[in-house]
Amino acid sequence: MKNNNLLYDILPITTGLFAAGMLLSACVTINIYFPAAAAEKAADKIIEEVWQLEQEKKDE
Amino acid sequence: MNRVYNVLLFMALALAPLAGQAEANLEVNTPAIASLKQSMQSRHAQLVEHYNNGAVGLTRDGMVTMRDANAVPLAQRQAVNALISAENQDRAALYREIARANNHPEWEPKIRATFGQRWINLARSGWWYQTDGNAWKQK
Repeated sequence: MKNNNLLYDILPITTGLFAAGMLLSACVTINIYFPAAAAEKAADKIIEEVWQLEQEKKDE
Repeated sequence: MNRVYNVLLFMALALAPLAGQAEANLEVNTPAIASLKQSMQSRHAQLVEHYNNGAVGLTRDGMVTMRDANAVPLAQRQAVNALISAENQDRAALYREIARANNHPEWEPKIRATFGQRWINLARSGWWYQTDGNAWKQK
């Protein structure tokens, strides 16, 4: 009987972890913040393709 | 022993919501974006001489514009204006598509601003761009 108490002992911790996990993932999923660094990276890649900057570098 | 294992498993499962999160990357690989890139890339071959001689300049808001019409022979001016207008249509569509592909249409102005900076940053020397004070500057 005493052993069963272990589950009850950690239940609050687990619940807390679960809640924290949900909260954290919700923050990321909603992602209201504009990912500026990722946008810059994506822009550079597209611009390099459109202006063919890589090719010019190789040609030089 | 088995119980301890169960407890560990339970705790691991509690953290499950954290799994499978999207990385902070922007989705730019859609058919619409690919075709816009292709269209802009082939137009660039015609636009590049006008960037070089300063007729066309890069604006702060990620567009292109006729900066010095006198650098273009009168007979060609209409064609260059058409190039500029087609390029700006593609660019506006590109910014809109990127925002949409990432399920954040409201990001469009920020994407446009980011591109505005990056086009200018990556421009070749000799090309003209608009400064924050709306003046023209040569790279």
